Amino acid sequence: MNKSELKHYIAKRAALELKDGDVVNLGIGMPTLVPEYLPEGVTVTLQAENGLIGCGPVTEENRDPHYVYDAGANPAALTADGCFTDSISSFGLMRGGHLDVTILGSLEVDETGSLSNWIIPGQRVFGMGGAMDLVVGAKKVIVVMEHTNHGQPKILKRCTLPYTAVHCVDMVITEMGVMEICEDGIVLKEYNPVYTIEEIQHATQAQLILAEDLKPYAT
Amino acid sequence: MNKLISAKEAAAKIPDGATIFIGGYMGESSAKAVIRELLRSEKGGFTLLANDGGQVRKGEAEPYLGIAQLIHAGKVRKLIATHVGLNPEVSELVNQGKMELVLLPQGSFAEMIRSAGAGLGGVLTPTGVGTEVEKNEFTIGKQVIQGKEYLLMAPLRADVALINGTKIDKNGNIWYRGSTRTFSTVMVTAADLVIAEANRIVPVGEVAQENIMTPGVYVDYVVAWEEES
Repeated sequence: MNKSELKHYIAKRAALELKDGDVVNLGIGMPTLVPEYLPEGVTVTLQAENGLIGCGPVTEENRDPHYVYDAGANPAALTADGCFTDSISSFGLMRGGHLDVTILGSLEVDETGSLSNWIIPGQRVFGMGGAMDLVVGAKKVIVVMEHTNHGQPKILKRCTLPYTAVHCVDMVITEMGVMEICEDGIVLKEYNPVYTIEEIQHATQAQLILAEDLKPYAT
Repeated sequence: MNKLISAKEAAAKIPDGATIFIGGYMGESSAKAVIRELLRSEKGGFTLLANDGGQVRKGEAEPYLGIAQLIHAGKVRKLIATHVGLNPEVSELVNQGKMELVLLPQGSFAEMIRSAGAGLGGVLTPTGVGTEVEKNEFTIGKQVIQGKEYLLMAPLRADVALINGTKIDKNGNIWYRGSTRTFSTVMVTAADLVIAEANRIVPVGEVAQENIMTPGVYVDYVVAWEEES
């Protein structure tokens, strides 16, 4: 798979986790591909942390430059049933348990469900923005990412970079497999049949627990 | 009461070295006319509290948007924000020791301002537990409530709130179009001096009373945005 195919492969699998009616926040990059792959009959409400509930496609008719933008300040639009809020309501929605799912990328995830995706010491500072609130608040946190970074494992026993939040990740989806974080560690639920289990473990620093019903990657 | 003043008069009311809330998001929806006057003034040494560091659009005629203009002009001593990724200059200035930066989670930032403006003594939030946010100068404690850990975040006040509204009447009642309101609705509650810049000044009553998003009682002065030829 080339990079683009890989991203679509992961996004397609992540889309299967969404249920009809879910309120969902998508991080930048790969997560934004997820809506393309929503299963038939599943409609979700996309939320953006700068106060948009019900994001939809930007068209010539609905574009409103300088008045409607997403969390990255890119042009955005709402669906007919969407609405705007201020930042207080937007983050209250997340922390208050009204956001069903957040799907985001990460630099590292560990077997305790902690993740690090907001800063690399010594490199240019970006800031956490809304990421810390999102992962603490969302009812289900799904990390989508490449399994390794230039061959180096990103799924670790303990994160090495500063945490975004601790013990909050529910699921990790990579091109190699689908993993759930549970009390005992990381459970491999599904695997991509182009890899052997040994290869997947080799690319993972944390010890993978094989699910009793381990099966090929659902698509 | 008529709260209308010029952008120049508004900028004159902002003290040198003031602590200022700046409304807007990534350089969009900022109080452009008042910022323009601040840039022309000798004033500086500001501490800015804002969502972000504005935005720099390389290669454009006016690459610095919103707060990025004040930062670029060297007028900012300290920035308290949640995300500075769209303004690479922030990172450079911080590394050179020319500006101080404090980063806060965006939701905590919003509630810390709200608590100050609502007369509360801070906010207990689960956001930031176990992270570097615990070492922040505004994180004043940690508590376990009903078995769950929370950080106690200090209330955030400022000398001045400088925000933009889409339609504002002479009494300072504000309506915000689209996604432009973000933090402005709470910033106006937690500052000693509130200046609201309107894209359009409207007659009282044009915005239906139930659609007023910021009550004029919070606003001290209203400025009209005008392009300069």
